[in-house]
Amino acid sequence: MAMRFLTDRKLAEHLGPARSGTEHHWAVKVSSVALLVLVPLFVTLVGPLIGQPHAEVRAALARPLTALIAGLTLIVGMAHFKDGARTLIEDYARGSARLWLQIMVILVAWGTAATGLFALGRLAF
Amino acid sequence: MLAMGTAAPYAAMRTGSTGHEGKMADVDRGNRPLSPHLTIYRPQLNSITSILTRITGNALIVAVFLIVWWMIAAATSLEYFNMVNAVVTHWLADLVMAASVWALWYHLLSGVRHLVWDSGHLLETKWTSALGWGLLGGATILTLATILLI
Repeated sequence: MAMRFLTDRKLAEHLGPARSGTEHHWAVKVSSVALLVLVPLFVTLVGPLIGQPHAEVRAALARPLTALIAGLTLIVGMAHFKDGARTLIEDYARGSARLWLQIMVILVAWGTAATGLFALGRLAF
Repeated sequence: MLAMGTAAPYAAMRTGSTGHEGKMADVDRGNRPLSPHLTIYRPQLNSITSILTRITGNALIVAVFLIVWWMIAAATSLEYFNMVNAVVTHWLADLVMAASVWALWYHLLSGVRHLVWDSGHLLETKWTSALGWGLLGGATILTLATILLI
């Protein structure tokens, strides 16, 4: 294998050795600030509904504020989960296990968010 | 570090490939140990609270699955909802949800600590320790409040 004259400095310049700069850190920071507001609202609005009868749950989840908070919490929460789980996988898995786990986490995160949004949409509209 | 020009034996040693091997800056890149070496690390408040942040954040996916399943059941039919509702209100699920409430508040408070630290504040040892106990105590108080009030 021919040596290419890439130095430590060359790798660290601009976007750094990860080639993505601080993009991941920034995304997690923004979603965490959003969740700081959304999570207490979600716990307050959706928490008491768990265990309630069908009609009550349907009516409550169809209310605009509850549906909006639940939907936003799912979207931002799953984006935040995808970013956090990625770091977990990077720390403990390597090679093709890392690759497939990362792909799986992204698909499961967006699939879960889409399922919840579909349910909320069906109840609200 | 081995001398340059010995890339072939290195390739055999590697367990993972990053596509960067053989360059001047990262000959050993594919064979680095993975963090965070839990088995040789002496437990302390800062490491435990950090590990708990990771565990709580990732474990919360279980509660998300339960709640989304319950939502899609509510949108499907009365029969299906009643089945899922029976699962979600089972004492075992109650236990999972109570643990998830603690995990949620712990992870939230820990996130606040990260935002504060990112701003460059409260990084002194006495503060990091106080905040560590604050996370554990705060999450427990918020969990009791949530279970009692909601």
